[in-house]
Amino acid sequence: MDAISLWLPVVWAAILAVAVALYVILDGFDLGIAILFPAEPNEARRDQMMSSVAPFWDGNETWLILGGGGLFVAFPLAYAVIMPALYLPIIIMLLGLVFRGVAFEFRWAAKPNHELWDIAFAGGSIVAAFMQGVVLGGLLQGIKVENGVFAGGPVDWFAPFPLFTGLALLAGYALLGSTWLIMKTEGPLVDEARRWAKWLLPVTLVITAIISLWTPLAFERIADRWFTWPNIAYLVPVPILTALVALLCWYGLVKGREAMPFLSAIGLFLLGFLGLAISNVPYLVPPSITVWEAAAVPESQIFTLVGVLIMLPLILGYTAFVYWTFRGKVHEGESYH
Amino acid sequence: MELDAVLLARIQFAFTVTFHIIFPSFTIGLAAFIATLLVRWRITGREHLHRLARFWTKIFAVSFAMGVVSGIVMSYEFGTNWSNFSVVVGNVIAPLIGYEVLTAFFLEATFLGIMLFGWQRVPPNLHVLAAVLVAVGTSLSAFWILAANSWMQTPAGHEIRDGIAYPVDWIKVIFNPSFPYRFAHMFIAAYLTTSLVVLAVGARYLAQGRFSEDAKTMLRMGLGMVAILTPLQMYVGDASGLNTEKHQPEKIAAIEAHWNGNKPGDLVLFAIPNEEEERNNFAISIPNMSSLIITRKWDGLFPGLKDFPRNDRPPVTPVFFAFRIMVGMGVLMLIAGWVGAWLWFRGRAFTTKWYLETAQYVWPLGFIAILAGWYTTEIGRQPWVAYGILRTADAASPVAPSAVLTTLVFFVLVYGCVFATGIYYINRLIEHGPIGAAAETPEALPSRPLSAAGEAAQEAMEKG
Repeated sequence: MDAISLWLPVVWAAILAVAVALYVILDGFDLGIAILFPAEPNEARRDQMMSSVAPFWDGNETWLILGGGGLFVAFPLAYAVIMPALYLPIIIMLLGLVFRGVAFEFRWAAKPNHELWDIAFAGGSIVAAFMQGVVLGGLLQGIKVENGVFAGGPVDWFAPFPLFTGLALLAGYALLGSTWLIMKTEGPLVDEARRWAKWLLPVTLVITAIISLWTPLAFERIADRWFTWPNIAYLVPVPILTALVALLCWYGLVKGREAMPFLSAIGLFLLGFLGLAISNVPYLVPPSITVWEAAAVPESQIFTLVGVLIMLPLILGYTAFVYWTFRGKVHEGESYH
Repeated sequence: MELDAVLLARIQFAFTVTFHIIFPSFTIGLAAFIATLLVRWRITGREHLHRLARFWTKIFAVSFAMGVVSGIVMSYEFGTNWSNFSVVVGNVIAPLIGYEVLTAFFLEATFLGIMLFGWQRVPPNLHVLAAVLVAVGTSLSAFWILAANSWMQTPAGHEIRDGIAYPVDWIKVIFNPSFPYRFAHMFIAAYLTTSLVVLAVGARYLAQGRFSEDAKTMLRMGLGMVAILTPLQMYVGDASGLNTEKHQPEKIAAIEAHWNGNKPGDLVLFAIPNEEEERNNFAISIPNMSSLIITRKWDGLFPGLKDFPRNDRPPVTPVFFAFRIMVGMGVLMLIAGWVGAWLWFRGRAFTTKWYLETAQYVWPLGFIAILAGWYTTEIGRQPWVAYGILRTADAASPVAPSAVLTTLVFFVLVYGCVFATGIYYINRLIEHGPIGAAAETPEALPSRPLSAAGEAAQEAMEKG
């Protein structure tokens, strides 16, 4: 294999990893806020929660299109296997996102009769987040492939492990959402958000621990990856760092810090993501299709890579600019009434 | 009954894309219209332009949200429902979609935040810039998706090895033979659609005697665009047709319901195409007119449907009727635009009651024409999904038909209620009108995020 066909798919896998990680973090707190909606019956504070993400959600969600589109661009064979294999969870996730997305506008349009759009906002987000976790779990547990084509059934994903990862992502997103509210809002909502986060952090950690034990027990390739010498020596910092960042998050919550809980929650997500990546490298479709097997031809990967190298810094730049524009805290009941 | 997976996948794609296309084809033009209003406001300082921009931004917010959520579905359906399409042409098509995401989607989605919520938070010129960038984003999006779709119609710049398409020359892939025509045709269609809505809303207010100053601006801008763009669109459409004749002659044969290539074509005004017996029933036609349009010669010959094997022909009836609906809408647009322009020229556009009362109903013409046009070109490409490369029947995913049927039912239910509600809210916003849209910004709460659609709908609710 020449250097280009060796490295190009690796570069693309890294780009996809960045896109997915950014999606999970950025839309994670959007979705998390909506997941927490049922816990907050007060209308003014629900307005406050929604307003804290309203200028950003659309840009955040675009990373999901880059994740899906990037898979199509760089690894069409993996795209063509994963999408049919996880057909139902993906479509149901997209439908959940339909409800959540339009609720951002419709909820205000319907006031004062907006109860249905509250339900659509929370319900759509809960369904979308849960199904994203199911997609992740379904991918990790392995997809049945014959001759490079999906060969399983329509409900293979309906199994204990993917359903558990669905719940895991719900809890994780809710943690991101609650810590975002601590950083981005003011008034009584902050105390509530801190109370939620103090529940959600231990729950998320327990779930992370269960997944960290479940995957090596259930999948031999993952056990081999982590628990053979010398891998174990290189990889032991990952769980140690996770524990430290979790402590930092807890410390920030207890001490009433504004940004530290959110930043540590991001750290936890990134470490979890790293752990999953370590478990599955070099597979895009575990346990059968690697990044090299799924790669588009170099002509296609290079052509789009040029666009990524030019556009990605610009995108990150103007995204940061918009976040900066809407800096500062959102107060209770903030919206037009 | 055995469920046909390909048929279900086609119904699902047709359903989701039909709903989706309505919103971008409106918001492409609307973003440009709002940006134009804001730029004019900055130059002239006339407040009602600002008020109008705020009013239309609320409608834009609701429409754009629906376009975004239905668009994400499309970007995943390539894989969920058409995985073999992704394998066979993914090397060529996917990068075009990738560029759409990179250059268009992020731009419009990110600056949308400032456009909707930045009225008080950023300096006016920056806000105008955000609106311009959103408009640029919507146009770039159209550029790339039309490049991808045109390549499916007239593939170029690639080679086929072992049944898989590989890129050879990206410039030829993007600027494939039908791309310039289709892009121009669709782009004008989007502007025309928005202009018709603006014209209709202006006419509605004038007919009701409301918001006179705003309504006159809307009528002038909408009418001017319709009067100029409709004939231009007819010219571009004709050029696009000639291009199609060159590259996809069976599509033209189906559009014209032209069976015998060895005889000059009559212009069939109406008929019931009979695909079994390969002829037209109840035909009303103008002799040789079709040859004149297509070959520019009275007795010119062009291929008829019988020149192609049956399994290479598109379904004739839907293509034939969809094309006539599109052209019919175009004729109505021309009448609306030129009658209005004549009245305007005579100084009576704002006072001619019968014109205003009729023109308030022109808003659907663009939407119907766009859907009919897309049905014509997409059904006319059948039985191919990528012309000459991959048949639709071979493109579908290995997904159980029951799963496709289940999601199809979900799509119908969800889209049906979500988009019906959205259109209801848009109608409320229009009913309420632009009054005070700029003045209502509460000074007590400067520079706060809020829902642009919400504030207006709130007023609408209070009012009625």
